[in-house]
Amino acid sequence: MDRKQCCVKLSVQPSRGLMDEKFIVLVQNVWPGFQLTVHALHQCEDGHSWEAFGHYAADATGTVNVSEDPSLGGTYSGVEPMGLLWSLRPVPGSKPGLRMRKMNVQTPMEVTISVYQGHQTEGFVDQVPLAGVLVERWYMAPGVRRIPITEGGLTATLFLPPGPGPFPGLLDLWGGGGKLVEYRASLLASHGIASLALDYLTPKITIETRKMVGIEYFETAYRVLQQHPQVFSSRIAMLGLSFGTSITLKMAAYSEVVKLRCAVCVSGSHVQPVDGSVEQILGYFHKNGGKTRFSEENEAIWRDLLLPIPTDSSLKVDVGRLQCPLLLVVGEDDQNWPAYESAMDMKEMMERAGNSHLLTILSYPNAGHLIEPPYTPHARSSFFRTVNTREKMMALWGGETVAHSRAQEDAWRKTLVFLRENLF
Amino acid sequence: MSQAALPILSVFPSRALVDEKFKVLVENLPPGCPVTIHSLHHSEDQDYWEAYGHYISDDRGKVSVSDDLSFGGTYTGKEPMGLLWSMRPVLGSRKGLRLRKMNVCTPMLMDISVYSRHDGFRDQAPLASVLIERWYMAPGVRRIDIRERGVRGTLFIPPGPGPFPGLLDMWGGGGGLLEYRSALLASHGYVSLALEYFSPGQLQTADLEFNYFETAFNIVKDHPQVMPHRVGIFGLSLGSIVTMALAVESRIVRPRCCVCISGNHCFPPGRTLAGITGEVDMNYDKVRVDENNYHIWRDVGLAIMKEPSSKLDMGKINCPILLVNGHDDQNWPTVESAEDIAEMMRAAGKEHLLTRLEYPDTGHLIEPPFSPHFRATNFIVNLTKEKVIMLWGGQTKPHSDAQEDSWRRILTFLQQHLYCSPSPKARL
Repeated sequence: MDRKQCCVKLSVQPSRGLMDEKFIVLVQNVWPGFQLTVHALHQCEDGHSWEAFGHYAADATGTVNVSEDPSLGGTYSGVEPMGLLWSLRPVPGSKPGLRMRKMNVQTPMEVTISVYQGHQTEGFVDQVPLAGVLVERWYMAPGVRRIPITEGGLTATLFLPPGPGPFPGLLDLWGGGGKLVEYRASLLASHGIASLALDYLTPKITIETRKMVGIEYFETAYRVLQQHPQVFSSRIAMLGLSFGTSITLKMAAYSEVVKLRCAVCVSGSHVQPVDGSVEQILGYFHKNGGKTRFSEENEAIWRDLLLPIPTDSSLKVDVGRLQCPLLLVVGEDDQNWPAYESAMDMKEMMERAGNSHLLTILSYPNAGHLIEPPYTPHARSSFFRTVNTREKMMALWGGETVAHSRAQEDAWRKTLVFLRENLF
Repeated sequence: MSQAALPILSVFPSRALVDEKFKVLVENLPPGCPVTIHSLHHSEDQDYWEAYGHYISDDRGKVSVSDDLSFGGTYTGKEPMGLLWSMRPVLGSRKGLRLRKMNVCTPMLMDISVYSRHDGFRDQAPLASVLIERWYMAPGVRRIDIRERGVRGTLFIPPGPGPFPGLLDMWGGGGGLLEYRSALLASHGYVSLALEYFSPGQLQTADLEFNYFETAFNIVKDHPQVMPHRVGIFGLSLGSIVTMALAVESRIVRPRCCVCISGNHCFPPGRTLAGITGEVDMNYDKVRVDENNYHIWRDVGLAIMKEPSSKLDMGKINCPILLVNGHDDQNWPTVESAEDIAEMMRAAGKEHLLTRLEYPDTGHLIEPPFSPHFRATNFIVNLTKEKVIMLWGGQTKPHSDAQEDSWRRILTFLQQHLYCSPSPKARL
């Protein structure tokens, strides 16, 4: 009889997948009823290690299928095909306040999936697993072209799908943390949409002149997309998260230049001084900084800065002016922005204006602020450096991991359907 | 503002191993719309290979290659993987081409496109196009050059701690070092050594003793990540002959199991591998050519088989052996050989060790699934150094079915004999 269970077969299909695709993890050739732990390990670009694991018992044929069998414990439980990704968390002993974000989208996220004997909860790195495989998770499909854009003073990256085109276009805006974050745009290009990831808070021009960009910056970005020979100029959308929503709604409602085919706003609000520049809008939030609350763990809760939703029409984007379909994605446990309350107010405004047929709201109980592409690990809080104050604080984003992860999956799928219906 | 819907083409998965299936889907077409789905590959040798199928969208404007029928092109009917296995060189290409990936560290890239119309579909730009990757190596598989104890080859090691079962992997009379099958086997959990045993056209002069192969086998067996009692041998064509010889004659190596594709048992005992060419030499007059002047060698094999002294005594084999052959093999009488092997093993009471797979209208070159079918390709005859076109045989559709079916069964056979069974009676 063998000393230990040997010849365990572990497979993950596909071994190379896009970030929003599912995989099937299969363990075979173990004793029937054998207790094992399926473990995922990832070292992110910052060098931190993340792990997730589930406890399983093999069936009568000596097989564990993570897509069909329940995890009996670990970082996730129940039948969770993708639990090994969305429940990833920093390994014990890591710095607090970490958030996983891929900055280089030209290489895949590498995850080592392993099988360990028994139901284990710690010390994985000190043991030899029974088997291990490497899985690649890509933000870019083969053939997607990555093009840095600097014309017009922009700091941006354009992702073009493979093929002759023309393709619908999309302007992709992240939030108050700034930087040029490419992974959502590259993923959208992998779905056939020419997407421009735009840095509008920390672009080269702001670093050099110390001045925030004006509205023309976004109109320039729109024009760059519109005039691209492979972009369908009348089919351009805008997608904004958090502060990116503020910009998106402003452009959609007021810009003479930007004519959107549709807009997607995630975890944001329409509350802002209507005639304000980017700088002034940020200033308005900062002015209300006194309303910041703190959790028991000293995490900053900023949702109250915009509450109560003003009745003064000069302090919110007049969404009654919108002429394109709008998808709002909000988490009801968003501790950073009052996204749910804002969505309800926008609904009311649009009903009064008679354009509410354009509005779709996806509202997720127990989901937080950072509604990212599916299987992104949930960060309930993390260190955040606001662009204007340069302070580094722990921000509470909110959300309960299981519900938040489900929300990410559902929202992404529905966002893709929304974009497909309106752009293709 | 234009209202025309933009067609959406998707292939899932866009990155896959070469033996994995994909789903090709076109959406957002008008209903009942004739389209052509086309695949294009630019090979390492700079040739272009293509395949295509003619489809008609359903009432929801969809075409699903996995579910719908192709009405014409390089394949017809419901063929989920037809865009790969029916590939052939584009019009105007050089003759006798064979598609073989030499650099397995990079994927094969294919353009999959959808065009309007059936006839004359090439006259316009495609409606949409995507790029897919087909890999021989799974992520984490390690590739190691082997130049030790006089042996030349490449070792592929699966990811993970191991230990793993091992394989010695040998191709045929074309010579050289072909890594792709070993890379694929490692992607399925086997430490696999792709062995180079002579250069193309140099079989006569290759300094090949039996010992070379035994040493190669031991390199696998002795590897720290290999389970020494679970090493098998995998051969095709001439490689199969070597495989059987090792299993029957060697006093040094004991393979756990053997896979022999398009092989035969004509290895005169006591001879070297180069000595085999002597047999071919003597019977070279039996080589025929067909109406295209392609070489047919099967009669040479039939003549050799008539001599009992030129055959291995397969009754002496002591491990499970899987024989995979095609009925339309024009290069060697492999089915007849399998019959003879079965006879010998039956007589020696070893029938239970033998598994035979034989496929109708299937030729000599039984490759991993979805590889294009090569009915006749360029070959350098070792004996005469002539460049000829060798007729391998097979009809494309049945041959491709055979490749797909046999690979699945080969993997099952290897798993059964090289990976532990969980039953308490694992060790015999």
